[in-house]
This record gives sequence, structure tokens and C-alpha cells, in this order.
Amino acid sequence: MQGGVASLAAMAISPASAKPRDERNFPVKFESKKSEFSTGEELTTYSDVTRYNNFYEFGTGKEDPFEQAHRLKTDGWTIQIIGEVHRPQRLDIDQLLRLAPLQERIYRLRCVEAWSMVIPWIGFPLSKLLDAVRPTGNARYVEFISLHDPEQMPGQRGASLDWPYKEGLRLDEAMNPLTLLTLGLYGEVLPNQNGAPVRIVVPWKYGFKSAKSIVTIKLTEKKPATSWNLANPREYGFYSNVNPHVSHPRWSQRKERRIGEFLKRDTEMFNGYSKWVAGLYRDLDLSKHY
Amino acid sequence: MHQARELRPSRLKVGIDTRFIWLISTIPLLTLCGRAIMGELTANPIEFISQFTGWWTLFSLLLTLCVTPIRYLFSLPVVFPLRRTFGLITFVYATIHFLTWLVLDQFFDWTEIALDLSKRPFIYIGFVAFAGLFILALTSTNRAKVVLGSLRWRRLHKSIYLIAILGVTHFFILVKRDVWEPLMFAAVLFVLLGYRLFLQLSNGRR
Repeated sequence: MQGGVASLAAMAISPASAKPRDERNFPVKFESKKSEFSTGEELTTYSDVTRYNNFYEFGTGKEDPFEQAHRLKTDGWTIQIIGEVHRPQRLDIDQLLRLAPLQERIYRLRCVEAWSMVIPWIGFPLSKLLDAVRPTGNARYVEFISLHDPEQMPGQRGASLDWPYKEGLRLDEAMNPLTLLTLGLYGEVLPNQNGAPVRIVVPWKYGFKSAKSIVTIKLTEKKPATSWNLANPREYGFYSNVNPHVSHPRWSQRKERRIGEFLKRDTEMFNGYSKWVAGLYRDLDLSKHY
Repeated sequence: MHQARELRPSRLKVGIDTRFIWLISTIPLLTLCGRAIMGELTANPIEFISQFTGWWTLFSLLLTLCVTPIRYLFSLPVVFPLRRTFGLITFVYATIHFLTWLVLDQFFDWTEIALDLSKRPFIYIGFVAFAGLFILALTSTNRAKVVLGSLRWRRLHKSIYLIAILGVTHFFILVKRDVWEPLMFAAVLFVLLGYRLFLQLSNGRR
């Protein structure tokens, strides 16, 4: 109960929310103090963040998710954490919200299509959840499985990808403090088209690595198969770290267009998060393991 | 064998005023301008303009290739001059599409442009197709026909078939996953080229 509507009044409006959106404000209090992981760059507008999305479950057009995502029912949503864990669990969103203090994280998002945004997410490090389920010694990877329901997700009636959408990280990537289990943005609950009610955000990887509308998190010993990699292994690797030096077979990744800007910017290694993640790949040839 | 068909009375005797076609051809462009004024070019306007003008380039290119089949299938020689009109409209949209890439997308970043042209199949295929359209537009005048001679002119302008294949290929390989639209263009092109091949073969046999 404490986590619910009662705390609405106590909610701290984040400095990032230019306009207060009282009717949709985030249901629980979150830390709005600027996180050390947050960028100070100008935010992409709320309208662009919520209208320009790649979320093929609702169609392949950029505005399809905005138009179609109202079909998604997030009431009663649960997420199960299974596989190589000592304490497999099924949690509803309220339980999830109580698991760890929520923070605002302003991250750059770099899409593999060479555009980017700056988004104020709300969530907590995925490591908090993984700590709670206690991975076994065999756990090496974390697999994320999104909802599969063509009734709610009309894009799944076509074969644009193999459904359900699956993504994965190495366990150490998943445990990195940047990897955010995300429940909100712009001071409010995640809009459906942005991956409601729960998604991950992995800011140093191309956007498609950040699975949306997650129903299952599975810890595994073997590297999980991932949707875009299955669809086109030459173009979309398992790692898919943002890397200006490794071009997509069909286009350059050296530059990106920040949504709302005219001139392109240079793309940064690991999307500018090298300080926290470069160490993860010290022994890896990133041109081979793209 | 076409002569025999041409002897049949045409159902439409009056000419088509190409100025009317040109007027209609501005509708997509005006729509684009309207959306720009209303701020409805999506969050990524340059990508939108690029896709929009590319789509209409291919559309008018296929329309150009429809003229000849329509002429013979419906005995309408009056539509023949529209080949040139639609062809030039194609060139206009292709030019806007090309300039969108050069100016808006790359903003004269020559390093990136050189990389694009040398390494990215969909860019150089598009570029070659545009260069081809440029040559056909230059030689689209009656005078050019006289200078080149009818036979050479016709041979040169047959390259529109290759340009169309390149154009559709360009669209095909740039989409990430959803090939439905390029597939539709390819299917229409297949029918239009198939019709010509059929005519050739059946004429040859007679």
C-alpha cells in the first residue's frame, strides 16, 4: 500500500520534468538528485521520446508504437526470474518497486540506425534484482524475454522478427551499475510504447539490446540466442556495443543524429560510457565480437 | 507488329495536356511542405524527407514504365508523351531525394560521403541510378533525339529498365527488416518488365 497512490502526494518532481504531469506522476518516490551516471546534456523532448520508437511488437513504423501501444495491458503484470538462481521468483510491479530505491538516470540512447536521444529514466540497477535472486555458480548470462501476445501486440502477427523478443547480456554486463531495470521516464510511469511496465536500459549498447515489456529474466550458463542476432547475425552481434569504429555492414556508425538537432555528432566509444564499461571488454577483440 | 495495333482506332483522340500532369505531380511535394509547416515530419525530419522523396521517386518511375503497356493494352497512343513527363517528374523527385542525402543528411561531409559511396552498396546503387536518371533527363529533349539519332537515343533510354532495377534494389537493401514495401515495388516492376519481355519474345516468334 505504501508504494501505491498514497505516496503520490509525497512524490518529488524531478528537475528533469519540464512540465509536471500530475495525473500520471510516478507512483512512488524516487531519488531525483543527479546521479553520477547521469549526463548533463539537453533532454530529448517528451514528445519525441514517446512518439519515435522502434518497438516492432507494435509495428515497424517509428510512430506505430505510439499509435498501437494502447492495446498493451500492464495491469497485473508479473515478471519471473528463473534459471540458474537459488531463489527463483515471480514478482508483480509493486513488489518490484519496493525492491530497491528508485533513481532518476539521464542516459544517452544510441540506436543502431545512427540516431540518438537523451532520456531521463527511472529505475534501479538490475544488480539489485539479481542479488535478490542469488545467481548460482553456473550463471554466466542473463536472458530477457518480452511479452508474446499478438492480441495486445499487433506487430507480432507478422514475421518481422521471431517472437517473443529475446535479448541477453553477459552476467558481468548485467551486474554493471549502469544497467538499469527501468519502470519510468520523465517523472512518470513508463508509457506503453517505451516498454511498459518494466524494461532494461543498457546505455553503452545499441538500443535494441535494451529489452522492453519483460516477462521473464532467465539466468543461464550458455549464451542465449537474441532476436536481432538470429534475424541477421552479420549485422547484429550479441555484444552490439556502441562503437564508431565498427560500421554496420550497410551504414557507418561514426556519427549519429541527435533527435532534435540538424548536424550529426560524432558517436562516442561505448556511447560515452567507457569509464564504467571499457574494463568489461579488455580481453575482447571488439571488431570480431561486435 | 505494333503497326497492326496502331491501325486500330484510338479510343482517345484528344491529347493530354502535360501541364496538368505536372500540376498533379506537385501534390506529394506540397504535402511534404505542408507537413513541414505543421511540424509533422516526425522526430527525425531528415529521415522522413529522405524516405518520402525516395518513395515518390520510385512511384513515379514505375508510373513511367506503365505508360507503354497502357498504350498497347488499351490502344491509347495518346498517353505516349507521358513517358517523358513521368520520367522528368521521376528525375525531379530523385533530385530532391539526392539533395536530401547530400545536404541535409551528410551536410557536405565529404569524408563520410566518400565512405558512403565506396562502401555502402545501397548508397552507390542509388547514386548510379540517379546518375543514370540525370543523363536520361539531359537527353530527354526532342533536340537530343535528333542529335543522337533515333536508334541510339532509344538504346540509351532503354537504360531506364536498369535504373528501375537499381532503384528498387536500393530500397530493398536499406530497410532493416520489413521488406513488404520494397517487395511491392519489386513485384510491380517484375510485371512491367515481364510484359516487355513477353512482347519481345512473342514478336520475335512471329
